[in-house]
Amino acid sequence: MHKENTGDAPSAHTPRVRHHRKRNTDVVAGAGKPNGSHLLVNDSSKYKSFLVRAYSTVWMIGGFALIVYLGHLYITAMVVVIQIFMARELFNLLRKTHEDKQLPGFRLLNWHFFFTAMLFVYGRILSQRLVNTVTPDKVLYRLVTSLIKYHMAICYSLYISGFVWFILTLKKKMYKYQFSQYAWTHMILIVVFTQSSFTVANIFEGIFWFLLPASLIVINDIFAYICGFFFGRTPLIKLSPKKTWEGFIGASITTMISAFLLADIMGRFLWLTCPREDLSTGWLQCDPGPLFKQETHALPGWISNWLPWKEIYVLPVQWHALCLGLFASIIAPFGGFFASGFKRAFKVKDFGDSIPGHGGITDRMDCQMVMAVFAYIYHQSFVVPESLSVDKLLDQIITNLTLEEQQALFMKLGQVLQEKVIGS
Amino acid sequence: MEEESNVTSSPSTRLRHRKRSSTTEAVLDGNPSPLLVNDQNKYKSFMVRTYSTIWMIGGFVMVVYMGHLYITAMVLVIQIFMAKELFNLLRKAPEDKCLPGIKHLNWHFFFTAMLFVYGRILSQRLANTVTADQFLYRLVSGLIKYHMAICYFLYIIGFMWFILTLKKKMYKYQFGQYAWTHMILIVVFTQSSFTVANIFEGIFWFLLPASLIIINDIFAYIFGFFFGRTPLIKLSPKKTWEGFIGASVTTIISAFFLANIMGRFPWLTCPRQDLSTGWLQCDADPLFKPEPFTLPAWIPGWFPWKEMEVLPVQWHALCLGLFASIIAPFGGFFASGFKRAFKIKDFGDSIPGHGGITDRMDCQMVMAVFAYIYLQSFIVSQSVSVDKILDQILTNLTLEEQQALFTRLGQMIGYS
Repeated sequence: MHKENTGDAPSAHTPRVRHHRKRNTDVVAGAGKPNGSHLLVNDSSKYKSFLVRAYSTVWMIGGFALIVYLGHLYITAMVVVIQIFMARELFNLLRKTHEDKQLPGFRLLNWHFFFTAMLFVYGRILSQRLVNTVTPDKVLYRLVTSLIKYHMAICYSLYISGFVWFILTLKKKMYKYQFSQYAWTHMILIVVFTQSSFTVANIFEGIFWFLLPASLIVINDIFAYICGFFFGRTPLIKLSPKKTWEGFIGASITTMISAFLLADIMGRFLWLTCPREDLSTGWLQCDPGPLFKQETHALPGWISNWLPWKEIYVLPVQWHALCLGLFASIIAPFGGFFASGFKRAFKVKDFGDSIPGHGGITDRMDCQMVMAVFAYIYHQSFVVPESLSVDKLLDQIITNLTLEEQQALFMKLGQVLQEKVIGS
Repeated sequence: MEEESNVTSSPSTRLRHRKRSSTTEAVLDGNPSPLLVNDQNKYKSFMVRTYSTIWMIGGFVMVVYMGHLYITAMVLVIQIFMAKELFNLLRKAPEDKCLPGIKHLNWHFFFTAMLFVYGRILSQRLANTVTADQFLYRLVSGLIKYHMAICYFLYIIGFMWFILTLKKKMYKYQFGQYAWTHMILIVVFTQSSFTVANIFEGIFWFLLPASLIIINDIFAYIFGFFFGRTPLIKLSPKKTWEGFIGASVTTIISAFFLANIMGRFPWLTCPRQDLSTGWLQCDADPLFKPEPFTLPAWIPGWFPWKEMEVLPVQWHALCLGLFASIIAPFGGFFASGFKRAFKIKDFGDSIPGHGGITDRMDCQMVMAVFAYIYLQSFIVSQSVSVDKILDQILTNLTLEEQQALFTRLGQMIGYS
């Protein structure tokens, strides 16, 4: 049975501005109810829960659109907040209160590692942009560049203090619990921070690269629900008994088509396609690059006989969007299967209960996480032009040279380039 | 009781040896006075351990003589054995029978991690090795460009394989194994990749930290042997404060002198820029050029030298020595606690008399990571100069890229 969503939906819009992912699966249904036909198609109270879910979806999407309008820094703040709640849910998940009473300060250790991971990961991703933000001020510039230079050493020292603290607080007869919690903490931090740092990196490359993948996952889920609602008959996988092949295939086709069309719509807004080079919040101007400039494709003869158009205008980015759509429909659902399997393995109904009627934040984010990582890697490998060596050298320049040396380098390089231009 | 070592065995597989003055066995046996000082058989096991130490150190020196690539190969072999030990550690045989292919999944993730980690560390040097051949260069550059995508793709395949092989009633075991695999790979590959990075910066930066750990252990054992009375930590009942302090002092002093000795050989101090195996020539880094150092006035008059020739690197070596004596032993405590938590005697039994490879490597792993981070944060930056970077810019970038970098640099430092 679906989790009944009573009138709590409107209150839930403040902390979660991520939209709602309709799922036509419910672990509880599979977990032992003798109901032989738990497919959504056969559920008679489905229309009521459908309306309730639609209502909360609208609220969540509305809030999300507002944040996107506000800009990169606000979206990053939203991501950070979501990630803090997700980490808290996951930390609490496998904790046993009985053992915890005997280990004061153990929760503090988790947050120490959380803070260290946040410093490390966001430091690396945002260092270049932080530098660009403080360029006018010489003092701040020096401060920031030296922080970046010793960033790895600082994070390492914090980690080692946590490590030493952990060992000094090992208590007889509690070893196994403490080591498992330590491993669990590491796994959580890796999962949470990998995907959230990649998400933030995508945002600063252009909100398009965050908005499109996230929307595709939402669309995939909504249409999997809708197609399952009307047509679902064949179960898809044992792990999630409410998912059906009809829902899966219907959603895949819809996702790919919407990827193509959405990329066209989103690609027309400079606010979404411009990368942000620093941490400001104002309006953006830029040259979006050849990916977002329209190209004309003449339709082959046999199609143009059917359709009224002889040519179509396509942004090159729409072809990339097709790849993103393919991944979102075929592979990203495995994130959901992993979460379902995990909950079954540890006999947990939901990751948390912060979202009434939907479970916890991790329940909503499982497929998003897989998609964010793919979007980042796809973007870095196939979309970004080969300027990696420029970035690497700039990184070296920031971390290894003092301000005076950087100025000297600038002068010398300027001279060499002038000579080349004059000479050629 | 000390683990009796059956001695001469495998000098080839174990080129590292660390004498420990503690074993968990002593506690498990219910021995009322586990301190080494009180152990009657200690002289016999002392001789036996010394014999295998000599073999291991001899083998180790030989590999160092042969060079960077051979040391890397040794590190790789050690890491494969360590991963195998750790994979097998928390495996349960009856569950494994119902899950054919779980071992293959582990090795799939292992291979993916190896490709990812070594690809990042060695990519620049690999590119430098194949510059002569146009075709190979293009191939290698293409591989480096798509390196992250390839590794991600392999990882996702493993992820999907894992989900598709989830079996009812085995979920908890499988998820536990999945998490365990990830933790092992992270621990093993972080430290071995940093070790290899250190090697290519100069064998000195691998040899000195490793030697300090060995010296720390040997002298902790010796001091505990003769003077040990006060137990150090509940986790390792054979360790004593006397051993700890004596070893710390010895380690810091030997760090200072070892750095001087090692710093005189270009074979050890030159970085290797590609994957060749021949002899190395390079300009000595200012770190390794002797500078006169006047001893401070408070040193007593009977001290024969008033001035010493000190390589600047010796001061860095003091920091390495400090870490090796104070913090690195926590790696050993972690391993002891882990073995108690999961009620295992040793990580493996590939080294007769000493347990498994992980038993020998626990402190080395913590030290290797510290050495890498210390090297990157405090040392590498000093050897980078304006001219060197200008050189890199002019040789590695196209004209457009150079102009792009020029513009961005200008924006960064405030000239628009």
